[in-house]
Amino acid sequence: MADQKTEIRLAGFGGQGIVLAGHILGKAAALFENLNAVFTQSYGPEARGGACSADVVLSRGTIHYPRVASPQVLVLMSEEAKNTYGGHLADRAQVLIDEDLVQLETVPAPCSLYKIPATRFAEKLGRKIVANIVMLGFITAVTRVVSYEAMKQALFDSIPRGTEELNLKAFEKGYEYGLGQRSENGDQRSEKNL
Amino acid sequence: MSTPGILTGEFFINGDEASAEGAIAAGCRFFAGYPITPATEIAERMAKRLPQVQGLCLQMEDEIASMAAILGASWGGAKAMTATSGPGFSLMMENIGLGMMTETPCVVVNIMRAGPSTGLPTLVGQADVMQARWGSHGDYGVIALAPSSPQEMFDLTITAFNLSETYRLPVFVLGDEVVGHMSEKVIIPPPDRIPLVTRKRPQPSPECYLPFQAGDDLVPTMACAGDGYHVHVTGLTHDEQGYPVITAPVHERLIRRLVDKIRLNAAAIIRTEDVGLEEAQVVVVAYGCTARAAREAVDHLRARGQKVGLLRLITIWPFPEERIRRLAEQVRAFIVPEINYGQMVYEVERSAQGRAETVLLPLMGGAIHTPQEIVEAAEEYLS
Repeated sequence: MADQKTEIRLAGFGGQGIVLAGHILGKAAALFENLNAVFTQSYGPEARGGACSADVVLSRGTIHYPRVASPQVLVLMSEEAKNTYGGHLADRAQVLIDEDLVQLETVPAPCSLYKIPATRFAEKLGRKIVANIVMLGFITAVTRVVSYEAMKQALFDSIPRGTEELNLKAFEKGYEYGLGQRSENGDQRSEKNL
Repeated sequence: MSTPGILTGEFFINGDEASAEGAIAAGCRFFAGYPITPATEIAERMAKRLPQVQGLCLQMEDEIASMAAILGASWGGAKAMTATSGPGFSLMMENIGLGMMTETPCVVVNIMRAGPSTGLPTLVGQADVMQARWGSHGDYGVIALAPSSPQEMFDLTITAFNLSETYRLPVFVLGDEVVGHMSEKVIIPPPDRIPLVTRKRPQPSPECYLPFQAGDDLVPTMACAGDGYHVHVTGLTHDEQGYPVITAPVHERLIRRLVDKIRLNAAAIIRTEDVGLEEAQVVVVAYGCTARAAREAVDHLRARGQKVGLLRLITIWPFPEERIRRLAEQVRAFIVPEINYGQMVYEVERSAQGRAETVLLPLMGGAIHTPQEIVEAAEEYLS
């Protein structure tokens, strides 16, 4: 418990690419940021549609306990996921939501709320399926738990060949929007010190 | 185009995938299995990777056939593996017994989920520990390894192959859903850093070869199909020649050897990770994913000056009873967190011989212990 851990939880419904998004985030930290990262997932027996979550724990030190207890970063992409996985938050948690899919107006102070129409953006880019990558860009800009470069490398290392252009567009869209939200929120917090 | 068998480098992969890579690195070139959560990713990875290394991956009609297939492949000379979870492990039991009786090297990976029966398909359990030890009928020695991380899923799958070739038996990798599905950085070393055991082949001419005659190490050499030796392989009690001899003396001799080849080599087989045991008043005994929560709890208590230690079982069978017996002379209590209603705790209790308290921290499955639960249990026995 000596080394500071950052706990991140992504939650949505099966089929949204929540697990892939969490995996890419963990990979960015573990392979391209020289951090320790543990990625775990929780899902039901349904192939699609059930609430699912992806947990990522990051630390400069060794991570023994793999579970997220109270996330500093909570990403919600469905109403059911909000109810199932949205319970506990760290003191100054950042909550990121797909504003078209999740009803949430406030978070308890001093937590902060960031909204993005990730699925709508993905549809405009031509494929709803990249909503998770839009969200990854948003996470990168808002939380800075890993760098833009590390996340981009992990993204390219994880997606099928031939989909790079679409995924990069989705990632950039979320990232740009996130930078905007950050300054709009007047977020003065320094970069996450891991 | 040939892809190397050993993908030296750093990867962010889950425990299942790491186990498959470990198998391939160990020289496994035959996999037969039937998909089951949470072990399916092993079969998936093998289906993709084995053809790249001129290996063979078969999806069988069920787990009974899968186990039979790997026994056959092993007698054909291949290093062979299957992977499953609880319900499939139950189905494999009969042929696991055949593998024990015929002394067939192979590896069976069981990624434990919560049972009995279909139970919680996608959620963690650790309740197959005794099944791994006693699941098939009859007497035999077993080896089972319990990885706590994706890196260990890689490393211990290789170890499992090496042990299976050394002692000639099916060796179990007893993972769990958390470790199987968890992703972490896995380092695959260069080939020259991966020690491999090759099968001990017979020396004598075919006329004087006795396929089930063992030397001092109690492990016979193994001739495989096509080697030119006459070999008869049967699940019946057999003499050194391999032919059925249905008598008490022959059975006595055979079963003693099947048990003793593991029992008498236990010290060489057993591996543990020890944290702060020297001065410990309370020792947490844990394995698999549970050992990670236990380690966090023990580190936390030790940082506060408490005399707590962790004995992490890397090898769970054979059980390190001598270690527990000696520790029992020094400690007040053993705390045993496990995701079942008490299995390994009986081994700890038996080995402690009443010299120290043995406390079970059970979870029925679907969740893992929090470090806090283990801290609180240990604190009750700390002054």
